[in-house]
Formats: sequence, C-alpha cells, structure tokens
Amino acid sequence: MSGSLEISRRSFLSVSLVGGAVLSFGAWLALSDEAEAGSSGAMLNAFIRINPDNSVVIGAKNPEIGQGVKTMLPMLIAEELDVDWEQVRIEQTLANEQKYGRQSAGGSRSTPVNWLPMRQAGAAARSMLVMAAATKWGVAFETLTAGSGMVRHAASGRTATYASLTEAAVKIAPPALDAVPLKPDSAFRIIGTSRRGVDTPAIVRGQPLFGIDTELPGMVYAALEACPVFQGTIAAVDDQAAKAVKGVLAVVPINTGLVPKGSFDALAIIADSWWTAQQARSRLKVDWDTGTLTQFSTEAYAEQADTALAQAPEAEILSKGDVEGQLSGAARTVTARYDYPFLGHCTLEPQNCTGLYEDGQLTLWAPSQSPERGRQEVAAMLDLAPDAIKIHMTRIGGGFGRRLMNDYMVQAAQIARAVPGKPVKLIYTRGDDMRHDYYRPGGWHELTAGLDNEGRLVALKDHFVSFGADGEPVRAAELEETEFPAQIVSDVHFGATYLPTNLPTGWLRAPTSNAMGFVFQSFLDELAEAAGVDLPTFVLRILGEDRLLPKVGRANQFNTGRARKVIEEVCTFANWDAKRPSGAGGRGRGFGFYFSHAGYFAEILDATVSEGGTVKVDKIWVAGDIGSHVINPVNALHQVQGAAIEGLAQAMIGQKVDQVDGAIVQENFDSFPLLRIEAAPQDVAVTFVTSPFPPTGLGEPALPPVIPALANAIYAATGKRIRSLPMQLQGQTA
Amino acid sequence: MDLTVNRGSHSISVDPEKPLLWVLREDLHLPGTKFGCGAGLCGACTVLLDGQPVRSCQTPVGAVGEATITTIEDVTSQPAGPHVVAAWEDLDVPQCGYCQAGQIMTATWLLEQMPDPQDEDIDAVMSGNICRCSTYLRIREAIRQAAKAKGAAV
Repeated sequence: MSGSLEISRRSFLSVSLVGGAVLSFGAWLALSDEAEAGSSGAMLNAFIRINPDNSVVIGAKNPEIGQGVKTMLPMLIAEELDVDWEQVRIEQTLANEQKYGRQSAGGSRSTPVNWLPMRQAGAAARSMLVMAAATKWGVAFETLTAGSGMVRHAASGRTATYASLTEAAVKIAPPALDAVPLKPDSAFRIIGTSRRGVDTPAIVRGQPLFGIDTELPGMVYAALEACPVFQGTIAAVDDQAAKAVKGVLAVVPINTGLVPKGSFDALAIIADSWWTAQQARSRLKVDWDTGTLTQFSTEAYAEQADTALAQAPEAEILSKGDVEGQLSGAARTVTARYDYPFLGHCTLEPQNCTGLYEDGQLTLWAPSQSPERGRQEVAAMLDLAPDAIKIHMTRIGGGFGRRLMNDYMVQAAQIARAVPGKPVKLIYTRGDDMRHDYYRPGGWHELTAGLDNEGRLVALKDHFVSFGADGEPVRAAELEETEFPAQIVSDVHFGATYLPTNLPTGWLRAPTSNAMGFVFQSFLDELAEAAGVDLPTFVLRILGEDRLLPKVGRANQFNTGRARKVIEEVCTFANWDAKRPSGAGGRGRGFGFYFSHAGYFAEILDATVSEGGTVKVDKIWVAGDIGSHVINPVNALHQVQGAAIEGLAQAMIGQKVDQVDGAIVQENFDSFPLLRIEAAPQDVAVTFVTSPFPPTGLGEPALPPVIPALANAIYAATGKRIRSLPMQLQGQTA
Repeated sequence: MDLTVNRGSHSISVDPEKPLLWVLREDLHLPGTKFGCGAGLCGACTVLLDGQPVRSCQTPVGAVGEATITTIEDVTSQPAGPHVVAAWEDLDVPQCGYCQAGQIMTATWLLEQMPDPQDEDIDAVMSGNICRCSTYLRIREAIRQAAKAKGAAV
C-alpha cells in the first residue's frame, strides 16, 4: 500500500487550475482537453476536477473489462469528496502509473489496492474545500460540514458550492494522505449502494467505447498473418499478389513478441480497409521456419504425462512430515488421477490495438488490462523511451486475463511505425484470436490420500504434471504449497514434472485456481465419501478451530474462520442436507469451497443428468466473504453470477484447445464453444458474509468452487466421478 | 450503391462482396454493430434487414438491395426498441458490453414476433447470441421486463 500512497502524494503536487496560471497536468489535461474543450474547471488532484457549474469529473484509472471498476473506484472518491453521485461524470484517465498508481485489471487486485488511496484522494480534496470555506468565512474548520458538493456553516446558515471554493482550495497545501480523516462506515452514502455501470447507457445505444471502435481521421487498417507454430519464424515471403490488391499500402514483417528481437514471425498487411487487408492476406505466400517445433501436440503431451506419472516427480513443491509412513499406516487410502486441458480466453472483442507514430512519438489506443507493462514491452521492441509512448485506455470487450498480455500493443506499435503519420488499427480475426492466445496450461494430478480409522485426512500426496522447463512451471501453471488443504494437513508431498511446450501460456480468470479448485475439491469429495460424511462436514473438520494460517510465498493469508462461515452460510442458504442425496431422477447436488484472490467462496449446485448424459444445471447458491463492504452490490451480484456461469462453461460444454504439429486446431466458436443462454441455470443466488477486514476483489474468486460443485453434483446424480475436463458422460460431451 | 440505413439513404462505392458489417463500421461510421467471429456463430453483428435479424458479417453488402437496415444506433425506431433499451439499462445488463448490441437487436425482433415470450422462447431465440461474460440471467429478465412495458404501452 505504501507504493500507492507515495504515488498518490505525487499526484497531489500537481494541484492546479485548468486554464489558470498553473498547467502542470500533462496527461490529465490531454484527457480533459479532448473531453471538454474550453472547460475551466479546477483540478483538486489527479482524480478530481470541479467545474464552474459545480458538476464534478472523477477520473477512473483502471482498465474496464466488464468488472465494473470504472464505476466502483470513482464511487470511493465521490463518497469521501461528499458529492452526490448524480453530480459526477466519469472519465477514463490515460495510462500513467506515476500519476495514478497501479493501473492494472488483474488478480482481483483493484479493490484491495485502491480501497484506501481512492477514498483518501476524495477526502483530501474535500478537506481542502472545507479549509477554503473556513478561511473565507473566518470560522473554525471543525464547525463546517460538507455534502452534495456544498460546504455549510450551520451556526450562520452560510453555504458555498465547491465550485465557488476551488480557486482558493487549489492554493491550500494538500493534506498528508495517510493522515486525512476518512468517514466512519455509518456515514457512507455511496459505498454499499448499487450504482449502474457508468458506460451502460452508451453501451445499450451502440455508442463507440471499445478499442475496436477507435476511429481517427485518415485511419488505415491492418491484418496480421502470424506463424501458426509458436516461435516459428519467416523463412521466405512472396507478397507480390497481396501488394497488388487495390487499397493495400504495405506488407511489413512483424515480431509478435514470441521470437527474439530482430527476427520476425508475422507479416502485417496494411490497407485502406480491414476487409481489403484480409483479402490481400489470403494472397500472401509465406514459408515458415518451424524446425522441430512441430513436435508439440496434445497427443504427445498426454503420452508424456502418462510416462511422467509412472515415475517419480522431477521437482519438489512441498514436502513435510512422513507421507509414505502415514499412507502405509492409514486405515484407508484413496488414489485418483485428474486432468484438465489447455484453454483459450476468447474475449468476444477480438484482440486489437490502434497506433499512431509521428515524429518519434507513439500514441496507442489499447484495450489492455496492463497498459503500463505494455508500454515497457513496446518501448523495448521499438527502442523508444517509455515516455515517448502515450496510451489511451479504451473500454475492453472482455478481459479474462487475455489482455494482461500486450502482444497486440507490441504488434500495433511496429505496424504504426511502418506508416508514420497514419493512424492504423490492427484487428485479429476470430481464428487469429484463438490460434494466437496465451493459453491456460493443461495439467494432470496423481493424488493419493490417507484417512485414519476415524475418517480424518492424515496424508496427502500429489504428483502434478504440467508444463515448464528446468523444474520451473510456465506462467499460470504454478501449484502453490498452500493449496488447500496442504497447509493444514501435517504430512504432505507435492511433487511436479514439467513438460516442454512451445505454447505461450497466460492467466485465465482465477488463474491456477480455476483448475486446482476442480482437482482438489473433487478429490476431497471422494475422501469425504470414504470417510462417510458429506463434503462440507469433511472440509469443516479439516479447517478445525478458527485461526489465521501463516502467509507463505505469494498466497494470501488464510483465515479458517472466514472459510467456515461461508461454508455454513451456503449450507443454510441452499438448505443442504448432510445426508448424501440419492441421485433419484438423475438429480444431484454438489458442493465446492475455494479461497482465492483473498476471497472465500462456498457454492452449492443442483444438476439434472438425463439418461443420455446431458447435464442441466438448475440452480447455484453462492456464499462469499470479501471483507467489510460490498462496494457496489448490483455489480457484485453480476460478477459472481458471471463467474459461476463461466465456471460451468470451462467444465461442461467441451471447451479445450488442441495442438497438432505445434499449432492450435480450434479457430472459431464451433470448435471452441462458449456457453449459450439455454445452458445458463435458472438462478444463481448470491449472499455475502461480511467480516471486519478491508474489502477485496470479486472478478475471480467466485469461479473456482463452481466446477467441483458441478462435478460433485454429477457424482451425486449418477455415481460417476468427473476426473477429466471437459467432462464427458456416457461418451457424450455433457 | 445505395443503402437505406437507420432511416437515411447512403450512397457508397464499395466491393459488393464486402460484408455489411464492415461497410457499417468502416464506410458508414456506425461502430455499434460488433465484430465477434466473422462466421455467423456469435451474433455480435446482428442487425435488422427489413425487420428480420441477420448476421451482418455473413451478409455481402451487394445482397442487401433495397432492404432497409436497422442497427443498434437506431433500434429505438422499432416498436419494441425503446422498451428493450430501457430494460437493458434499468437492469444494468451489460458487463463488458461487447455483445449487447447484438443481444438487443435479437431481443427487439423477438418482442415483435412474440409479445409475451415464455422462458423457453427466450432461450430458443437468444441462443444465437453469445455473451462471454454470461449476463444471461439478466438478458432473460430484461426481455420479460421489456415485454411487460411494451404490453402496458399498447
């Protein structure tokens, strides 16, 4: 948090009047000039501008991917600024972490990182306005109150609008952010109230907002033909036919970011229309140098995993106690193998980015979840100074982690530099998007557990096979030593073998947890059955007394009491019967619990399985604990419902990415299905348990428990264990 | 060629094979209609052609002829349009929002066909429109709400 505070303090050094004497807000001014030419409002800090009509503009600093952060972070500022939400207009800021602090949409981090700094930014501005009024009226600061953008002096009945005080306020030294008093919870008027997404009115009217909607005078378009085999390079090109297409401006070699700098693995076709660029693309003749990269395939991985699992793990993740001794002395042991495939992200807005290169300066309009990291990558690829790059953050048509990677920025930057002075928009086709993703890595787990004669879990062993090199996993293939219940059970061994791959991997919503939740909570259901109890009971027994477990590595600290409460809450909420359901009529009920991204979630799911093996999810109940406040309840509900349904998509509709000869097979939604409306349950009922801890994020932690809840419900319904994703029942994709 | 889009006529000079989607987005500067899959699988590009929903990514502009085109930017010109847009806004249906133009176009057509659609009707008709954020529960609710509002307004 200290880093954010420091950055926010720097922001405060730039207090100024827009159009007045001091013009020190480069980035912000660029934004406000475009949004409101001729405005003469006053900046109270990097996030707040008060207009002469007493309307208030609040900057939203983080990328909006549908998680609601463009609404939620400004709510925190507005709360402490003491303005009415109806007075507020939201503007997306530019990417500039020096000014705004961390600007990333990942890891459900926006809420915990910004909960205090955003409120402090609002409170400090309010304090300056109140101080201005106190000075003007010659009264004590403490005698004044604020609300609805006004300062009031009760004793004299005097009032002043914020707008009338801004000129004086900007001359007041900003208070120390960490010392500025914040409202007590009881005084909240915006936090905890449901606020519609600030872009919703524009979205439902089709107004341009997204990266792909970027339109600039004289803009041209680019298509990208990239080597289908990851890490392959261009051997030879015949682009005569492509260049002969009317409207084509240039064909240029590009480095997608997957090959060493100086080599090229793609060709960009730049034309006066994207349609034309695609037509010309089909006339390109390219020979790719793929060397031995074609050896990589889904089939080969499966064989290698089988071989690996028959041997000892190559690397060690966690070893404590005497697992083998405990297993040999156990009253009962259970062994099972689980696996899950590579997955793509498939944001509905295909990857795209617009760039303009002019006089050594690059401007990007980027739908990126991590624009600052993109800036660094672009700077390195183009040998540009980072501050020669200006990044506009557009609304993003789905993130899910895909846009934490910035390959499209690096590519658009190179394309823009090839046509200086012309804005150029790169758009992937759906096939490009699916075949050039950063995939959720697949994995296998050979699990063994021992129960004592009272059904207690006394030993846990996992041989985890995934992808990596030199004993280290690739991005998003990590199995943490805190994986539940490894931190509680005294005798545990987690070993790993990492297979080589040329597939680029990346974070998919609830990264690692989306797979581990399925594996461990499904396996625990098997253990619970062996112990003769239901899964909630089994997990509660493992949790034991309410206590804090020590923080290990990157994992968040785990509070067993918070876990217990959401489990108890969801069981009450869904009227869970500890007696196992019978599976009559193909109906079954399953449970899953998972802790990830600092959020505690327990979920119960009702499913019906037809005789043909078709699964219908009827209803899902969710109980979550994300701390003391649910900042925007309507959005929180939507995030949880969306996450739960997305979890179903990962498990039950056949989602998987296959690799043949080094390249990805799937090219569109016929071969990589997305969940459609008829597969959505009738209801996803959500309840929150509040706890006295600072609020945490909600984009991700509701997803992981739903997959094991589904698998366990299908077991309850049919007696068949789902140990492999995407799940298949009786030979049919469920 | 001449096109009638959103109650206005436009004269454009393009390859008749160019999909209507890209004519709308690039030549007519109507970016509300979205590109999702380019194969008629996701519904993001749905527009109304003489009131019927079509996938504009699969419709060569030369095939439009004299049919009138309605896009999200003018969906409120349809009898059900204002009710659908109002319900979508009221229930805050969008998450990322990218698919919602297509959803709204299909839902508008649905309410022109069926004033009081049942849940099965909604699922059947809306099945061609993918929402990657899974806003489906609210899409169902918004259609029911719009149907009520439209019925009450008649």
